[in-house]
Amino acid sequence: MHPWLEKQRHLIDFTLAALARRKAKNIGLLAAYALLVFVLASLALFTQALRKEAGFVLAASPEVIVQRMVAGRHDLIPPGYLDKIGRLRGVQKKEGRLWGYYYDPVVSANYTFMARPAEEVASGSIMLGATLARARGLQLGNLISFRSYAGKLFSFKVAALLSPDSELLAADLVLLSEEDFRAFFDYPAGHYTDIALSVANPQEVRNIAAKLANALPDSRPILREEVLRTYQSIFDWREGIVLTVLAGAILAFALLAWDKASGLSAEEKREIGILKAIGWETGDVIRMKLWEGVLVSLSAFLLGFVAAYIHVFYFGAAIFKPVLQGWAVLYPSFTLVPAVDGLQIATLAFFTIFPYSAAVLVPIWRAATTDPDAVMR
Amino acid sequence: MPRPSALAGVVLGVAALAFAVSLLDAARLSDARQPARDERRALVDKLGLTDLALFTEARYTRHPSQADLHSALQDHPAAFDHFPTGALLAPPPHLTAPYASLAGKTASPD
Repeated sequence: MHPWLEKQRHLIDFTLAALARRKAKNIGLLAAYALLVFVLASLALFTQALRKEAGFVLAASPEVIVQRMVAGRHDLIPPGYLDKIGRLRGVQKKEGRLWGYYYDPVVSANYTFMARPAEEVASGSIMLGATLARARGLQLGNLISFRSYAGKLFSFKVAALLSPDSELLAADLVLLSEEDFRAFFDYPAGHYTDIALSVANPQEVRNIAAKLANALPDSRPILREEVLRTYQSIFDWREGIVLTVLAGAILAFALLAWDKASGLSAEEKREIGILKAIGWETGDVIRMKLWEGVLVSLSAFLLGFVAAYIHVFYFGAAIFKPVLQGWAVLYPSFTLVPAVDGLQIATLAFFTIFPYSAAVLVPIWRAATTDPDAVMR
Repeated sequence: MPRPSALAGVVLGVAALAFAVSLLDAARLSDARQPARDERRALVDKLGLTDLALFTEARYTRHPSQADLHSALQDHPAAFDHFPTGALLAPPPHLTAPYASLAGKTASPD
């Protein structure tokens, strides 16, 4: 073997033997370190996957949604509004949409009702999101009654369940025919909830929004890019919140690592003194400690990352779910598509491996450059 | 008995292998789960959905991207937010950004 490699192997042997002498303390440190990497990596993988998911699926949402505002509140689109929009150049397709919320006291949950054309959902039937069907124990062909806001009871037959793969988007969705929707919510004829616009040229979207605001001053256009930006910032924010909650744990670990790495015990100082007295060079002592730092932090990083990967993509991030779940009764069950980002791994590796290795080195360099006789006393 | 450095090499090697496998598995899983994701995107396209169904408790948490400019103050000016999700969910950037950009500024034809 190359003499340099052989020397490094001996240094590693020595380092490991020294670590083994304080086994419980060092195993505890490694476990705490790996746990910290696990939590940080889980958080990074989870939010990145959700961010990518939202960006991918919502890229197909309508280019522009037009709401109408009255006294600062979202109001119904009156008849004739659609015709005014029709005159805007660049708008390829415009569609009045009907949707609203319904509170179901049976499971204390809010549902989103949405009208669909008669050829998709027949009158008297509904299509349900899988989460909602699970919460109400509904199956294909079952009947369900909802009490409308006017106090009347409406019964619907469950004609179809939306795919469980779409729970992330359609957990609380109830699709029904336009006729049923208008009857259920007592919606005035010719009115819509909002308007979805298709724009042929994506570069025209901002211009069209500006023209809309000019032509219909009480309208509020919401662009697809704003929807996408909303979701990017939601997950940034949520990641930030969990990091804030974790800040105490991170600082506690930093203190532990700093204390372990920088505050050399008298025993360790004596060890270094003896090594120097028997002929070790300062460089050898530093190399030995460097190996210690690299071995501990690299193992913690690898163990923590692999555990985090399994936790997020095979166990659905079970530890973070309560934080995400909030008050939602209808919480969708979903599997995330892994989105492992090289830069993210590199950042995580840098901030977990580098500080510990550096914290180990500084005090050793100080002890190793002092006179062995002074250190041993 | 093997040298400690050899043992450490084996342990680190196994951990590094597991790490590499996790990266390969990520590529495999993302291929395997892509059809379901395409289906979700098709549903968004068909129904014109705008939001993820993560929080269904209030309209501005169920559809944050569609929330109106006053949703946090829905009951009276400066009203506190009722729902705990309000603490988990930042207001969308287009609500906190100056909104004047979309308001008509000129009377000249576009």
